[in-house]
Amino acid sequence: MPRTQDVALSVKNLKTYFYTNNRCNKAVNGVSFEIRKGKTLCIVGESGCGKSVTASTIMQLLPALSRIEQGQVTYHSDSGDVHIEKLQRDGKEMRAIRGSEIAMIFQDPMTALNPVYTIGFQIGESLKYHTDLSTKEIREKTIDLLRGMGISLPEMRVDDYPHSYSGGMRQRAMIAMAMSCNPKILIADEPTTALDVTIQSQIFELMDKLKAENETAIMLITHDMGVVAELADDVAVMYMGNIVEAGTVDQVLRHPVHPYTRALLKSIPVLGRGRNQDIQPIAGSTPDPYDRPIGCQFAPRCKHRIEACDVMPQEVTFNGTQRVMCWRYKEFLPDAG
Amino acid sequence: MQDDQNPILTLRDVKTYFPVKAGIFKRTVAHVKAVDGVSLDIYRGEVLGLVGESGCGKTTLGKTILRLVEATDGDITYSSKNEKTNLAGLNNEEMLPFRKRLQIVFQDPHSSLNPAFTIFGSLQDPLKKYGIKSRKERRKIIGDLLESVNMRREYMDRYPHEFSGGQRQRIGIARALSVEPELIVCDEAVSALDVSIQAQVLQLLMKLKNERNLTYLFITHDLSVTEYICDRIAVMYLGRIVELCRAEELYSNTLHPYTEALLSAIPVADLDKQTKRIVLEGDVPSPVNPPSGCPFHPRCHKAIDVCKTQVPDLKSYNANGAEHFASCHLIDLPETT
Repeated sequence: MPRTQDVALSVKNLKTYFYTNNRCNKAVNGVSFEIRKGKTLCIVGESGCGKSVTASTIMQLLPALSRIEQGQVTYHSDSGDVHIEKLQRDGKEMRAIRGSEIAMIFQDPMTALNPVYTIGFQIGESLKYHTDLSTKEIREKTIDLLRGMGISLPEMRVDDYPHSYSGGMRQRAMIAMAMSCNPKILIADEPTTALDVTIQSQIFELMDKLKAENETAIMLITHDMGVVAELADDVAVMYMGNIVEAGTVDQVLRHPVHPYTRALLKSIPVLGRGRNQDIQPIAGSTPDPYDRPIGCQFAPRCKHRIEACDVMPQEVTFNGTQRVMCWRYKEFLPDAG
Repeated sequence: MQDDQNPILTLRDVKTYFPVKAGIFKRTVAHVKAVDGVSLDIYRGEVLGLVGESGCGKTTLGKTILRLVEATDGDITYSSKNEKTNLAGLNNEEMLPFRKRLQIVFQDPHSSLNPAFTIFGSLQDPLKKYGIKSRKERRKIIGDLLESVNMRREYMDRYPHEFSGGQRQRIGIARALSVEPELIVCDEAVSALDVSIQAQVLQLLMKLKNERNLTYLFITHDLSVTEYICDRIAVMYLGRIVELCRAEELYSNTLHPYTEALLSAIPVADLDKQTKRIVLEGDVPSPVNPPSGCPFHPRCHKAIDVCKTQVPDLKSYNANGAEHFASCHLIDLPETT
């Protein structure tokens, strides 16, 4: 286990449920993980697996029909631990943390920015609420932030509206906004999914720089295994509201033991392996969240299914830091052949 | 399989410009040069990949081939066994028999099916148009089509909202197949799908290609996917083709600096294959006012003086026994004619 002072945020057995039409969607159904200072935790999964809900839960940005049912989200701030799940959604304490201590980058910069305010105003807003800087200082800081993000002529572009920025520049403006108060934790929810690969690599370069310079803990949500291999220190693979496998990037990508992680890695074409790579699609599709399998959520699509899979497997920790939820994981360990 | 001597489509200097209108009289003040002089052969039975960043004109080129967008200039020659037809010169009525041979699968499976029609309703229109009068026969054909894309016949009486993204994309493929085309333009056909579903659709496309002797123009921004399924790959930048060669060649013997940067920017899901990324500065320039000389020179890390003034031609080089086209002043290889 990592020493506690290295941990920026820990989540324990978190359950977030949504209630609509008298039905309950257990979107996040008991996940635990830790984000370490100066490290990147990647959460991977397909759409609907609960990765974005986990992020919204940490930020307390959930819609009204949802509830944190159980579990703890603990933010280890410099002045002691804060139990985020106990705070009021719109309360003073949560608003003080949101944006200044924990910041978030959203997937789609087109919809996350307000089209009727200038970029400079929107970046300066969080500085206005969280710091004592004067209007003039805020403007200078905003220009500095934009320059740091590699936007040319920041003195002029600071007064532009979002529509005159390109997709990549908007995303950089979003990162500038998130980084404005030097947050301890940065949550990035698919920050580059809507961008081209060349712009994506610019954004990754920036995030690497922030991590190295400010010791920011990053939680990166993605569905791209390539991004994981490139950026992650730790990985958590989610499926239908559970973390089915977690560990360091070496452990999970080199020796995956959960059948879902293994299948996922086999189903994607990898650049440089040519035409003769053996791609095996995962059969079927993700189940309806209102009509879930009773036991292991992946069982209906799993090739290694046995009778025991009708009961939800317990989480097992091995090799120090690797965790898995599978009855048969031992058979897939590297030394088991 | 691929027949080098027998192109199904030959494009010569195809240009598609969109007028930019301004003022109260809506005068044309400039042109968006979406496709700016593309020459290309698509051979019968091959999978030709067309890759590039967003805004580089790849979708417009695909639509121009199908005459969904009118070409401003250039020839699009369709060759069947004994006749050649220039599609660019045909009126709507003359175009009709060719629409049957050229089909398209769209990117977004959610917006390309009419939500008010059942699957049968959506799929029967092309059949009606091409002369299948009896409803019973149409139902049989659509049932067979659905089975060939691994779906159940009964699904034809359901509505699009009842299907998942992967299933809808398969319906889109079935619709394209219904008139027995020879060439299918797949415009980002797998980009909107989850990774585990993406592999299913890719394998289906390959299966159908072999069964029905199809030719694909596969438009995508994902180079890992293109490497897996394409025979040849064309790389587009700002309306032009900058490199075109066999798929293995593109990865092992990259000639154009843009392709090099593009390849290095892709995150690879393999911990042993992590390379240093070449980060391109800035964004793709505006196609209204492209840079002088080589369109890539403002972002190119190898640019020399001549790049700023002279547009490089797409020249053919002989590399490992096959043709390799590239347009760059800096290539130091003997040309072939």
